[in-house]
Amino acid sequence: MAKTLFDKIWDAHRVTTLPSGEDLIAVDRVFLHERTGSVALESLLASGRMPIDPDRVFCTMDHIVSTEEGRGRNDARTPGGDVFITATRSAAAKTGIQLIDVDSADQGIVHVISPELGIAQPGLTLVCPDSHTCSQGALGAAAWGIGSTDAEHAMATGTLRLKQPPQTRIRVDGRLADGITAKDLILHIIGTLGADGAKRCAVEFCGDAIEALDVEARLTLCNMAVEMAAFTAIIAPDDVTFAYLKGRRYAPEDDQWDRAVSIWRTLMTDKDASFDHEHVFDARLIGHTLTWGTSPGQAGRLDGTTGHSDYMNVESGTPLLGLPIGGAFIGSCTNARISDLRAAADILRGQRVADGVTAICVPGSMAVRRQAEMEGIDRIFRAAGFEWGEAGCAFCFYAGGRTFAPGTRVISSTNRNFEGRQGPGVRTHLASPAVVAASAIAGRIAAP
Amino acid sequence: MNTPFITHDGIAAPLRRDNIDTDQIIPSREMKSVSKTGLAKGLFAGQRYLDGRTPNPDFVLNQPDFAEATILLGGSNFGCGSSREHAVWALKEYGIRAVIAPSFGEIFWGNMIGNGLLPIMLEEPVIDQLPHRIHIDLPAQTVSGHPFAIDAAAKRRLVEGLDAIAQTLQHQPAIEAFLTRDRKDRPWVY
Repeated sequence: MAKTLFDKIWDAHRVTTLPSGEDLIAVDRVFLHERTGSVALESLLASGRMPIDPDRVFCTMDHIVSTEEGRGRNDARTPGGDVFITATRSAAAKTGIQLIDVDSADQGIVHVISPELGIAQPGLTLVCPDSHTCSQGALGAAAWGIGSTDAEHAMATGTLRLKQPPQTRIRVDGRLADGITAKDLILHIIGTLGADGAKRCAVEFCGDAIEALDVEARLTLCNMAVEMAAFTAIIAPDDVTFAYLKGRRYAPEDDQWDRAVSIWRTLMTDKDASFDHEHVFDARLIGHTLTWGTSPGQAGRLDGTTGHSDYMNVESGTPLLGLPIGGAFIGSCTNARISDLRAAADILRGQRVADGVTAICVPGSMAVRRQAEMEGIDRIFRAAGFEWGEAGCAFCFYAGGRTFAPGTRVISSTNRNFEGRQGPGVRTHLASPAVVAASAIAGRIAAP
Repeated sequence: MNTPFITHDGIAAPLRRDNIDTDQIIPSREMKSVSKTGLAKGLFAGQRYLDGRTPNPDFVLNQPDFAEATILLGGSNFGCGSSREHAVWALKEYGIRAVIAPSFGEIFWGNMIGNGLLPIMLEEPVIDQLPHRIHIDLPAQTVSGHPFAIDAAAKRRLVEGLDAIAQTLQHQPAIEAFLTRDRKDRPWVY
């Protein structure tokens, strides 16, 4: 019987089918962070259980850690937040899992460092108590976000109990125009299908436009699948994926590598496999895209107009171009990789951020930060008037502590424009790093 | 082990906007400890309070008619966004037992089941007809006489209040057999 890529991974991980009709699915990798993972570890310990294989459980510190330059190892971005850091560190030590601590050279946002270190690989099942875990489907893994209780379940049993989700295929034909990015593509797709447009589905992205994307762009694309209510997203692994992974810390080595690749090459949807839903997009028709409202589905073209939103203080028909901004943020698991920073730096080189705009860049990992510094990108950002942070989630969400003033319009390379997401009253427009950079210079929403 | 969910009678408070995300249910700034408790006061904090902690009289749970509510009526895609289980822990600690909405965020739905709270999917026109005080019968799958569908496995977990980890550990031999085989097939994973 013809199978989809997702079917193949699911079937290979089915331990048994339970009388309830659920499948018991083996989980290859659990990733945790200090915000939602610490409580799972503490709860596991409190129940007298331990991870069945701590070597396959990873944990980073990204959500609550300070991202100010020169931070100490317990410094949090919110008052009292140090307890998340210290409790996670102590629970990690007691359970023997692999902790990537604040002061590790590998530290960074979970969905940035997991691919970077080769922890995410094709054909794996990978879960994390974080909704943007779907990002890692970019490597051809089945990766999805769970709650803390399920994280405990996955650690204690090495499995999760699940019904196989329905499946959607999104094919994108053609090639994106020059300067149009995976961020524009995914905002366009969510704007078209809606914030629940892929409800509960495992989404496979395919087509010429997807094959042409590098792994970092694929990560951006898959990252936002949850913003259209998907269970996860996945892209068939190919030579681009294999070249990206080869030589990374946790990638298979030597003859294991060849064996792995021979299996990874079978991870594609069979020709006659069927999906519950199919959508086709034409990449050539997509322009710079950003959100105007308070749901990621409220997105439109940069040269278009907004709908009505009281919270965002926009009337229906307001041109997006020219809306004055007070903040610009480049960061997050969506767009804080080296390619994102390079794209922004190309625009910022020799320019200054407009008066009255607070501009901040927080690289997605310390490795990205070091690479950027090697290339002189940090100097471009600093000279333009951007703050340059240490790796973490930072201004993607407000945790208490420093943020933008209420009412500030912020252009942001992040993934959520919910009310209050970046701070009480803060008005978020999601966009690509290039649009964020161009807008920061102009002091208003502007084209790169 | 959760309290089994069999029947429940309670007042239903309407929060009928679509896409009520988990940032709204509990803002990140309200998740102040590493435990699952102490979260109820942060529930809907952005809407429930005016400056400081003064109750906002316009917010439904602050209105006398709904002060005792134990059920929420939501819009579509209720609980979308962040995976934070704190949203469910906050609802549970506040005293909410069920949420009725046209659809739910996937992770939030699973988190409700895992904590013994009942998510009920009903179409908008049916939700419109529900009375102020609602009777839920989970074994019969009815809400004040209106039938609803629910995944059989989820229903069983709620009705029996099962501890999923203990349940799964009964399949330890099958898990061990899988791992033994898989270690040979995909040694690089381990």
